Amino acid sequence: MTLNPLVILVAAVFTHNIALTYLIGMCPMLAMSRRVDTATGMGVAVTFVLAIIGPLNWIIYRFLLVPTHSEVMSFLVFIIVIASAVQLVEMLVSRFFPALHASFGVFLPLITVNCAVLAVSLFVMLREYNLWQTVTFSIGTGVGWGVATTIIAGIRERLELVGDVPADLRGAGITMVIAGILALAFIGFSGMVAIQ
Amino acid sequence: MNLRRIAYTRPWRTFIAGFFKENAVTYQLLGLCSVLAVSNKLENAIAMGLGVVFVVTISSSLIALMRKLIPPQYRMITYMIVTSTFVIIVDQFLKANFPLISSQLGPYVGLIITNCIVMGRQEAFAIKNGAWLSFLDGLGSSMSYLYTLVILGIIREILGFGTLLNVRVMPLDFPPWVVITMAQGAWFLLAIYYWVFRRVAKLKPAEQE
Repeated sequence: MTLNPLVILVAAVFTHNIALTYLIGMCPMLAMSRRVDTATGMGVAVTFVLAIIGPLNWIIYRFLLVPTHSEVMSFLVFIIVIASAVQLVEMLVSRFFPALHASFGVFLPLITVNCAVLAVSLFVMLREYNLWQTVTFSIGTGVGWGVATTIIAGIRERLELVGDVPADLRGAGITMVIAGILALAFIGFSGMVAIQ
Repeated sequence: MNLRRIAYTRPWRTFIAGFFKENAVTYQLLGLCSVLAVSNKLENAIAMGLGVVFVVTISSSLIALMRKLIPPQYRMITYMIVTSTFVIIVDQFLKANFPLISSQLGPYVGLIITNCIVMGRQEAFAIKNGAWLSFLDGLGSSMSYLYTLVILGIIREILGFGTLLNVRVMPLDFPPWVVITMAQGAWFLLAIYYWVFRRVAKLKPAEQE
């Protein structure tokens, strides 16, 4: 795997968007896409945390788990690293960057259960990326998730004004349809770059 | 006569609530990522569904057994450690016995850890109830996940590949619907399934937002 890190960045945002193509991180996407500002805040928080956790898990995997032949334990180690790193990031941000904390601090604890964060570490492990590829892939994934969620939130806000959705399809159901249409639109990007 | 009496016991009601009325996927909207991603073929759907049933039932029972020992402020991390232990078992089992399915499922096996059904059942039920009831509760919820996966898997494999469990069922000149095996088709299919299920189960309309 000698892909240019920048290619991976573009691919992670557009052609291989984690939410729309791999269907990962959907639960928070459905819950967070009610309002545009919530969706944007969560997107920023996810990107921020991923940029820290992606490389961190890569370092732990490469320099701790592989030399000791304990790759079996990777799931357990990754999830503990994610849970503790999220806690640590929240404490540091609230101590040193109070303004930043006020804008997206409430979203930080929710990130532990965002599957996108764990998925990045698993994808990196399966595809054997190097450190720079891991960094760009992590950031691209966060941005891609944020972009998709924000667009869906925007469409949902407009849809509220029209409000002609069948009763049984309201809420989550119509969000799935919106996401499907958005995913079709994102097919337009495919062919730009290819990974895997 | 006896059968009718069973229908009113607490264990049965616990099981059937998760199994039908409070269906984990369509009612509680949990575990959606893997529902869509692995239901493109029936064999993947069955493998993933059984893996989730195993993890949810065993980890829920274990949490229920340990519930008096877990300090409340550390319960989340305890759930995660217990869950990931069993997910590792599932992953290793698939790798050893079904390498092809394991490579097709890819990262989604590991993502059972963050599958909200697992932690949802532990936090909502197992931490407050005994092991037997937690086992039934986990079984009901995860079985509803399993049959949702199987229904979607059957539809998507027949329409998308023209086969069922890799045996051809549609005529050879049947044009496969490529889009339904991809993420885009999965979104639309799940929306239709969600709609039909809520109508059939006569669930209350989703809350106005």
